[in-house]
Amino acid sequence: MNAFINAALHAANQADATPPLVSFEHVSKTFTVDGQALEAIRNFDLSINQGEFIAIVGASGCGKSTLLRLLVGLDTDYSGSIRVDGQPVHGIGGERGIVFQEHRLFPWLNVEQNIGLGLVNEKLTQGERARRVHEYVQLVGLVGFESAYPHQLSGGMAQRVAIARGLVASPRILLLDEPFGALDALTRQQLQDELLAIRERSGITTLLVTHDAEEATYLADRVVVLEPRPGRIKAVVEIDLDHPRQRTGVALHGLREKVLHQITGDGGYLKPPVQRVEGLRPELIAL
Amino acid sequence: MVWGRQLFMLDLVLLCILLIGLVGACMDRGFSSLERRLLYWPQPATGEQRRSIVPRAWQGLLLPLALLALWQASSSFGWVDDNILTSPLGVLHSLKAGVADGSLLEALRLSLQRTLAGLLIGGGAGFLLGVLLGLSNRSERLLGPSLSALRQVAIFAWVPLLTAWFGLGEGAKLVFVGLAAFFPLFIATQRGIASLSPQLGEAARALRLDLPHRLRLLVLPGAAPAIFAGLRLSLIYAWLGTIGAEYFMPSDGGIASLMLGAQQLFRMDQVMAAMVLIGLVGALLGNLGQRLESRATRWRTA
Repeated sequence: MNAFINAALHAANQADATPPLVSFEHVSKTFTVDGQALEAIRNFDLSINQGEFIAIVGASGCGKSTLLRLLVGLDTDYSGSIRVDGQPVHGIGGERGIVFQEHRLFPWLNVEQNIGLGLVNEKLTQGERARRVHEYVQLVGLVGFESAYPHQLSGGMAQRVAIARGLVASPRILLLDEPFGALDALTRQQLQDELLAIRERSGITTLLVTHDAEEATYLADRVVVLEPRPGRIKAVVEIDLDHPRQRTGVALHGLREKVLHQITGDGGYLKPPVQRVEGLRPELIAL
Repeated sequence: MVWGRQLFMLDLVLLCILLIGLVGACMDRGFSSLERRLLYWPQPATGEQRRSIVPRAWQGLLLPLALLALWQASSSFGWVDDNILTSPLGVLHSLKAGVADGSLLEALRLSLQRTLAGLLIGGGAGFLLGVLLGLSNRSERLLGPSLSALRQVAIFAWVPLLTAWFGLGEGAKLVFVGLAAFFPLFIATQRGIASLSPQLGEAARALRLDLPHRLRLLVLPGAAPAIFAGLRLSLIYAWLGTIGAEYFMPSDGGIASLMLGAQQLFRMDQVMAAMVLIGLVGALLGNLGQRLESRATRWRTA
């Protein structure tokens, strides 16, 4: 699967490449706060290919969530252009599904009904609708919880419902705005793996916004590091590792350090100096 | 004001309404600024009421029973003139007689009919306007200030104007009851909708819910606790308004008109029998409203 994506990626870089699925061109965004202009994003350029998994990382306030809102169409006041399939983005469209940091489920609807919200604009028969919802309940592993209300679910389960709601209308692009940020570490790892599995099965193009360098490097094919005030691209790090990746692997660790350094540091990446540890026998070190 | 009504000096009546409204507005303004200064904690959710009526402790019955005994004793031993205060047994007897010959029940039917019709008209209008103003900022800016100014006019200040415009008949009563039921539901609906979570509103936008879907799936369920609290208040206001309307515009029967007639004939037993009935109906309506509310907002505790 990943080999296929890499091949597609490679093909996209050729001269006669198919156009990217999503392209940001010179996107800038300025907020007005108390009558003062505040530049949130400056000159953001990015192309996302079909099937690619992109992560945007950066410190809080670097405009990464704003970028996502622009792509979803929740905010239409910006300069530059955002295209999906070569067509400029006009408002909110069904080919883009979104999952927010908080699950944002409707508290008065149960799991099934909440997932069904994603199908409101689809012309389906009652049976077809129920079948689709059930399919996605299965996908996120919530069989048996169909008639539970959001407050009866754990944080991880609620976020699974939100993911199912974002996916049920079969969008071509899945947008994730720090979706696992509010979860505990164990649940977060579990959901990250499930997200990878879902993506493996559907081949959906994914754009993840996060502040977690580990999450970004573990999940994405390319990591875009943003610099704050105003938000602009500092570096793009290719994660050329096959899935499943080893969370504790050396290669991933090195890339994570690189990304982390880009987020926090100013200069180029410096390898930490190797210090000799005296009096430690090598056979005691287990890696 | 009463002589104003009799002489049809409507300018004076309007002036009085204005004054009453202004005093009400000042009081409201002062109270809300005081409230803002004193209250910091978030308001408890209105729908989170106790779900069933807990049987009251028997201690609560002691005082009413003692008073009842004192009342009965005072009339039995002739401490009080029977024309001022009849005995509880007399009231009970009159209640029984009124129910038996149908006069009390007929009056009650007329009154309840007015309450429900007024609630339907006034409450319905209040609900619709509340939805409109809650959803649209433009209409809020256009209509909001006028409506909240109008709200400050104490309800009974409308009586002279309404009797001048609509007479003393059924129409005037209906308008009065409708007016009483309008504001609680209007305010509650508008505030309930305006205070909906903006995060959920954004999610609804991202899911591309159109207006009918948004109303059915987000706005009305989300504002339901507030709307039902308003409905409960409207129900009680409509009932109070009915009694007031029948008292101030006594024609075409009704429980308060019956009371007025009984008072003029010095039939205190009938007056008190009617009072007992009014109280019972009020308590019943309040209970009904509460049941409706907790039923419609089951998702909070389900």
